[in-house]
Amino acid sequence: MKSVFKELVHAPWSAKFGFCVIILYVAVALLAPHLAPYGETQVVGDGFAAWGAQFPLGTDNLGRDMLSRLLYGARNTVGIAFLTTMLAFLLGGLAGLIAALKGGWVDMGLSRLVDILMAIPQLIFALLILSVVGTTATSLVLVIALLDSTRVFRLARAVAMNVVVQDFVEAARLRGEGTVWLVTREILPNAAAPLIAEFGLRFCFVFLFISALSFLGLGIQPPTADWGSMVRDNAVLITFGDLTPLLPALAVALLTVGVNFVVDWMLYRSSGLKEC
Amino acid sequence: MNSILKLLSQRLALGLLSLFAVSVIIFLAVGLLPGDIAQAMLGQSATPETLAAFRTQLGLDQPPFWRFVHWIGHLLRGDLGTSLANQRPIAELVGGRLGNTLCLAGLAALVSVPLALLLGMLAALYRNSWFDRLLNTLALSAVSFPEFFVAYLLILLFSVKLGWLPSLSNLPPDASFGMLLERSVLPVATLSLVVVAQMMRMTRAALINLLASPYIEMARLKGISQGRIIFRHALPNALAPIVNVVALNLAYLVVGVVVVEVVFVYPGLGQLLVDSVAKRDIPVVQACSLIFAATYIVLNTLADVLSIASNPRLMHPKG
Repeated sequence: MKSVFKELVHAPWSAKFGFCVIILYVAVALLAPHLAPYGETQVVGDGFAAWGAQFPLGTDNLGRDMLSRLLYGARNTVGIAFLTTMLAFLLGGLAGLIAALKGGWVDMGLSRLVDILMAIPQLIFALLILSVVGTTATSLVLVIALLDSTRVFRLARAVAMNVVVQDFVEAARLRGEGTVWLVTREILPNAAAPLIAEFGLRFCFVFLFISALSFLGLGIQPPTADWGSMVRDNAVLITFGDLTPLLPALAVALLTVGVNFVVDWMLYRSSGLKEC
Repeated sequence: MNSILKLLSQRLALGLLSLFAVSVIIFLAVGLLPGDIAQAMLGQSATPETLAAFRTQLGLDQPPFWRFVHWIGHLLRGDLGTSLANQRPIAELVGGRLGNTLCLAGLAALVSVPLALLLGMLAALYRNSWFDRLLNTLALSAVSFPEFFVAYLLILLFSVKLGWLPSLSNLPPDASFGMLLERSVLPVATLSLVVVAQMMRMTRAALINLLASPYIEMARLKGISQGRIIFRHALPNALAPIVNVVALNLAYLVVGVVVVEVVFVYPGLGQLLVDSVAKRDIPVVQACSLIFAATYIVLNTLADVLSIASNPRLMHPKG
């Protein structure tokens, strides 16, 4: 823990900025009910009120406080994106490690399945499935996690392939250890670094993906405060030169930039290419 | 020469196979999902007669295999079925919109490909300079922005504040080409920004990999000029990855249009798809998905084929 902190002091400004942004968002997501002046779905005034003392960022199309919804949005949008990414990693990562470990027809079958799923653009596939099962938060999380796990599978399998052929894995096998031991004790610790960086990238992708779907009206459904649909609901204001509808979009952009900066730094560090 | 033909035909066969697999998936996605789709779509209050009529209309009363053969057969003859929402033939709905979408994506490609290649080459040449770092940071930020954020930012700046361009890109049916161009400026700019950033980063990475190889160092030690190293030594070998990068990003463009079309109310296929998903008009969703997926697969296969065909090492095999 101490060495991570030490390295962070010497990190470029972009990585430090990224860390600050991530910490800020996590804090807001956890403390949203204490920070927000009004309730998440509480109608407190007229629609589209201007910025002022009572409503710091004005109100939205239905007269709900913009600032409160923005703060609750951190909890909902980021939370759902995080949950989806976790699920995708659990599914894809585990399948990838097992494919690399077992080899043979297990590997063959899983890899071909992933190839086929990846042949369809993700957004189109998600739209197709959501049109059949309907747009609820649960189906959203499951569909995107499934689609995204294909990317995780590819990486986890490729990384684990390099570990599986090492002597210590062979030794563990000869000792008679089971699959669970091999995955958790031998392979995972040696495949962690690239997987953590990938987690950041996938989180960004999922986060943007969910925001885009919500913006299209097919993601997180009202009245839940969510940044993508907040832009959609208040977009009319932009034609009057008002900045307010762009704030949720800015919130999405800021977090993605932050995470990307951190991941970029981690990849740069682990590649060992300081001068090149 | 034989090995390259073999590789190419393998890629083409693989492309056709995935096209077939994808059409099966798109077809089955409707039938294999849990629950009764007719019930789910018409609600609990639907009478048995309307449920039966709905199933006949979707062909759900026939075995899946026959439905698939029927669907594909009609598809190959250009008959995409009829919309559930307004009973119009889907081919009619799709026809003009497909052209608009391809036009939008094509214009974006025309702008972004040369720009991205130029910036990528410059960044690779002057790597680790302030220019490279600035470009890299900007590109990383551009990739991280949601498309609708970029789109609304451009609208706010160029159509609301400055009043130079229209904020909406809806086209009347008798729109002239000049009008089409004027209304496409902002959507094209939005699409290009995201794609340029990605393409630039990938071009830079491909070139830097190459410039680090021993034969380039050899050329440098021989005292050859910088321009000659780039054009005579590096570029022929960089062609394969660069062509690959371009084709992959074009495939991305075709999908990226969906959000941009909705923001600018551009009458394209993406908007039709989103509207149909909201209305749960499944035949239209299927048709649009198939068109998008097919374009995506064709471009991805093209990327593979071109990168094989432009690889000098495969063109002149040893022995």
